[in-house]
Parts: sequence; structure tokens; C-alpha cells
Amino acid sequence: MTAIATPATRPPLRRRLLGRQPLGYLFVAPYVVFLAAIFAYPLGFAVYISFHDYFFAAPGAIVERPFVGLQNFTDALADPVFRRAMLNVVVFLIINVPLTVAVGLVLATALNAAIPFRAFFRASYFVPYVTASVAVIGVWLWLFNSDGLVNNLLGPLAPDPSWLVNSFWAMPVIALFATWKQLGFYILLYLAALQNIPKELYEAAEVDGAGPVRRFLAVTVPGVRPTTTLVVIAATITGANFFTEPYLLTGRGGPNGASVSPVLLMYTQGIEQGHAGYAAAIGVLLAIMVMAVSLVNRYLLERS
Amino acid sequence: MLGTRSRLIVALVVVSFGLAACGGGGGGTSATKAASARGPIKIWYSNNAEEVKWGKATVAAWNKDHASEQVTAEEIPAGKSSEEVIGASITAGNTPCLVFNTAPAAVPQFQKQGGLVALDSFSDGASYIQARTGPRADQYKSPDGKFYQMPWKTNPVMIFYNKDVFAKAGLDTKNPPLKTYDEFLASAKTLVAKGGVKAAIWPAPSSEFFQPWFDFYPLFIAQSGGKQLVENGEPQFAGPDGIAVAQFWKQLYDQGLAQRELYNGDAFGDKKAAMAIVGPWAIAVYGDKVKWGVVPVPTKDGKDPGQIQTFSDEKSSAMYSSCKNRSTAWDFLKFATSKDSDGKLLEMTGQMPMRTDVTTAYPAYFTSHPEYTIFAEQAARTVEVPNVPNSVEIWQTFRNAYSQAVIFGKADIQSAFNQAAEKVKTLAARS
Repeated sequence: MTAIATPATRPPLRRRLLGRQPLGYLFVAPYVVFLAAIFAYPLGFAVYISFHDYFFAAPGAIVERPFVGLQNFTDALADPVFRRAMLNVVVFLIINVPLTVAVGLVLATALNAAIPFRAFFRASYFVPYVTASVAVIGVWLWLFNSDGLVNNLLGPLAPDPSWLVNSFWAMPVIALFATWKQLGFYILLYLAALQNIPKELYEAAEVDGAGPVRRFLAVTVPGVRPTTTLVVIAATITGANFFTEPYLLTGRGGPNGASVSPVLLMYTQGIEQGHAGYAAAIGVLLAIMVMAVSLVNRYLLERS
Repeated sequence: MLGTRSRLIVALVVVSFGLAACGGGGGGTSATKAASARGPIKIWYSNNAEEVKWGKATVAAWNKDHASEQVTAEEIPAGKSSEEVIGASITAGNTPCLVFNTAPAAVPQFQKQGGLVALDSFSDGASYIQARTGPRADQYKSPDGKFYQMPWKTNPVMIFYNKDVFAKAGLDTKNPPLKTYDEFLASAKTLVAKGGVKAAIWPAPSSEFFQPWFDFYPLFIAQSGGKQLVENGEPQFAGPDGIAVAQFWKQLYDQGLAQRELYNGDAFGDKKAAMAIVGPWAIAVYGDKVKWGVVPVPTKDGKDPGQIQTFSDEKSSAMYSSCKNRSTAWDFLKFATSKDSDGKLLEMTGQMPMRTDVTTAYPAYFTSHPEYTIFAEQAARTVEVPNVPNSVEIWQTFRNAYSQAVIFGKADIQSAFNQAAEKVKTLAARS
């Protein structure tokens, strides 16, 4: 029997370009336009700005914005203030992310149990998250100033200079504040995740003689692993963008620049001093750093 | 063949970069046409209650007689600072015709953005400003010799002190010993030891670029006999006068007489500090709450108070390039800075109009408000921030050096100031 070879027919160009269901593009178009206008365009524009000696000018104003290649990036990397800001991000993340995961999960587990006033506690932990930073920072200023409640409780153990004007302690206090402020949101994520862990797993562990701590480590922690990945990445991204805390809590990155953050630097350089190109380069470098850290986190948390 | 997801990503990247490359364009107002055009205009004024009241009254008085050239007034939209809001508005092309709260330090940047109209473009522009403000007007000229701002009102800064705290500390309340640095330091020690205050004086220790205007700069102006931070492109602060002022402040910080911590509120109003560096606006704010006195800022060896100069803390009015009816805007600007309107400003806000003749022009006011006279006299001896390119960055550079060496004592003052001066010189020379 002879097989008849049929020549391989290439699909028409329209199908090659638009796929089998071109109508699908129409359905996704609104979101694509939204994504392009709200995220892709500003991102692309920021990258474009970062390669230019750019500043914001009035419409129609004739201004020079020459292409400067990598100049803004090399300037940023050579700037000790920027390097300090990036170091501060690392300090912030080292304190903030593990604390968020650990405290968030423990509190969510406690709030998931049948405890008295559960609804009250759930709402209480969420209050800082929904309260304006400006308002709660006022409270923290009272708590951590030299005559504040914390120093009164610590007595002779209080640091000198006090927390917010102490080069060593300013960043940990900021990281602690951000953790406390955001915790309600992450508790909520963990509470949702806890609902998905089958009760049978806890019962089986109990039958096997596991105590509460063992059950937490062997059932709860692995059970919420996908949420932990989300929490770690979300905390990393929001944490790396911290601005309000050094702006208000430590008087613009004080003392003496010890708590300056990359976003605060972008604000002073780009908005106050008119160096939009330099500020955009800082933004791009920060975004690259955050993406790298998030990818490493994801790899470490999701490898089985 | 590209997958669907890849195609979408490619499309997004192409669209975003394509749009990005086109960014920044846009039409503008035809300057020639706008210069002579008349019609309705919009203005912004500051958002403090007294100035809002003055603004509303002035606009109402104008609108009554100018049916076809109505003025619409609004408070400057809220933002981290007025300068930030105005800067963003220039970029967006939606500035009002006039802003009655333009900081001189921001003028070089607004000018670079193409956001300001040179008032010299009006036939009587420069002459009007010079006649109203006198020789002080020259400080408000840009490096190209033009006026992009009209000096409007000043709050000459002086030392405000709490008489009750001084009395409690056993210090003279009528002629407090605050003339020389040594007297000031000795008084400060006594005030903290016996006056029941945490600090003798508590200027904000934060690192905003404008904070030197309320600690270092007034004292530097006084000590140097009226020098600006930068003159003819040369930084002045690293010389003996600047170092003397910095050392004076450093002693206050080192001895805990000024605090390195940010005060969460108003330290002087809350009676945590015995003194404050303020302008005449403070009379209305503290008038009933604090039994106050006022003296000029100290100098190293105690200069004659009648010769002491200080920082003006002036705010200008400026015309913005998006204005389509500039002829009306110029007429309104002259109306709002006329002798009559300036008198109302003085009466309603206690702030000093930038006129040559404040004390003699409004004798009735100063008779009924004698407490303002000392500020009015001081208003004639004020110095402005330098009108140089990169002004904000220059101030930030100085502030960083000052914070490091003076407030937190982490560096030698002379070497920190020398380094800052080198950078400032480069910035002032760069366009």
C-alpha cells in the first residue's frame, strides 16, 4: 500500500498572527488597554526617562533633554546616599518580612481558634492597616521619643540617643512600625488560607500524638505554604517601597540620612530638585532589586 | 510562531515605548497673543485662614468692577508642599494665571520648566516692582536680569520668647540677655535648668531643604552683615561667619539646649521650648496663649539691633505661562499689590507687604498694633535666598552638611561645609 504524501499546508497569515480565535483579542482588549495605559506606559516612560537628562517642563516649552546613556545609573550606584538607601531596604526587609510571616501566621492561627472576643480581636488587628499612616505615625512619635512610653518603661535600658535619632535603631523602629501597620492585611490572607486546611489533617495528627506546637509545624505551616509565598513577595514589594515612615517618623530619613529610603530619594531628587532622569534610574534599579529578591524568595519557598 | 501571551507582551512593550518616546509634547498658549489678551482668569492663594479671607475680599473687590474680567480664586491644592503642587501643575499645563504663594527658592526651577512669565514683558512691569519694593527688589531678579516673580509679602524672622519662662528662670523679660552668642548660650542653659522647658529653642532638626531658613540662615545673614548663601556664584557659608554660626548652633545641640528629636507638635506653643524663630504671623497665633517678647537674632559679638538683618521668609506672586489672559492677570496683580490691598493684607494677616514704606504708609495700623512695629522695622532689613540655578538642590546640599556636622555632630564643621561649598559652586554654575 502506498501512502500518499500530502504537502504540509501552512495556516494562513491571519491565523498565524491572530491565532484560532481572533475574537478573543476583542474580549481581552479592555484589560490590555488598561494595562498599557496604567502600568506599561508609565513603566516604559520611566525607563525612557532614566536614560535621559530629563526634567518636567510646561507643555510647549522648548527644553533640552539629551540622551545620557547609563550616566544616571552610574551616578546612582556611585552615590553614597543611594547605596545607604539600598542598604536600608535590605535591613528593612530582613526585619519586616520574617516578622510579618511569623507573627502574621501565629496571630492568624490564634484568631482562627475558638477564642473569646474573636471578632473584636480580628477587627483590632486590622485597624492599623486601615488607619492613615500620618495619624498612627503621630502615635509612634509619642511612643518612641526620648520622653515617650517606651523609654519610660525601659528606664536606664533606653538607648541614648533615643530610638528615632539613633543611627542604629532608626531603621529597626521603621521596620517594626511597617510590620505592625501592615500585619492586619497579612493576617487576613492567612485566615483565608487556614480555612482551606482540612480538619481531618489536624485530627489525624492528634491521633498520632502530636501536640499543638507539632500540629502547627507539621500541618498548618505546610498547609499555608502558597499563601506564605504570596505574603513574602507582597511584603517584599511593599516593604522595598517604604516612604512615609522615613518621611514623617524620622524627619526625612534622619538621623543624618540613616533611614533614607530609595523612594524618599526619588521624591527629593525627582520632584523637589527636578532631576527626573536620576530619580527614574533609582526607580528602575529598585524595581530590578525587588524582582530579583522576589524571584529568589519564590524559588526558595516553592521548591518541593 | 509566537504564543498568544508572547504576542501580547511584545505588543505592550512596543506600545509603551512608542508612547514613552512621544511623551512630553503638547500644545501651549501662544505667548504673544496671551500677553495682550483680556478675560476671566484663575488665581491660587495660600490656605491659611487669614490669607484666604484677604484673598476672597480682594477678588470680590475686583470682580465688582470688572464684569468681563472675572477672577476665580482657589486655595492651592493640598500636597506635600505648595512648590510640589505648582511644579506638577506646570508640567500638566493647568496652572492658574497667578499664584500668591510662590517661594523664591522655587522660582529658578519653575523658570527652567518654562512655567513662568517674565513680568518685564509688561511695559510697566519692572518699574512697578522697583517702585513698590525699592532696592530690595533686585534680590528677586533672575540671573537673566528679569523679574519672574513679584516680591509680595515678608515675614522677617526674629527671636520670639516666652516671658513667663524667662521670669521663672530669673532672666530679664524686657531686655533678655540674647544679643551675643555667649549671652544666648548662658540664657539657654538657665532656661533649661530653671525655666521648666525641655529646650531653650527647638528648630525642626529634620532635613528638608528649607529648614536652614529657620535656624542657620537668619543668624548667618545677621552675622555676615547681609550676605546670601551664594553670591556671584560663590558659596559664602564656609567662611568665618558661617562657621561661627554653625559652632553656635552645635553648642546648643551638644548641650541639649536645642533638641535633635523632631517635636510632635508646636514646641513653643506647648511651652516645651522657651524661644522660637518666627515671623510676625506668630503674634496672631500665640498672642493670647503666650506672654511673648521679641528680639532680633543674636550675633557673635552683639551688633546694634537697629543694624541687624535677617531672613525675609518672603512669598512672591508670580504669573504662570499657561495663562491666556495675561493683560488682565497683570492688572489684577497690580490691584492686589496696591497700597490699599497691601494695607488690607497687613490688617488681616499681620504679614508685611514688600513695600518701601510699610511703617509710614499705614500709621493708623501701627498705632493700634504697636506690637507689629518691631517686625515692620525689621522688614526693611531683610535678605532673600539667592536666585540661582538649582536653588533647591543647593539648599538640600547645605542642609545635609549642616545636619551631619552641626545637628548630629558626625563630621567636622569646616570640612563638611567646605565639601558642601565645592558642590554648591558647581551647582550654581550649572544651568
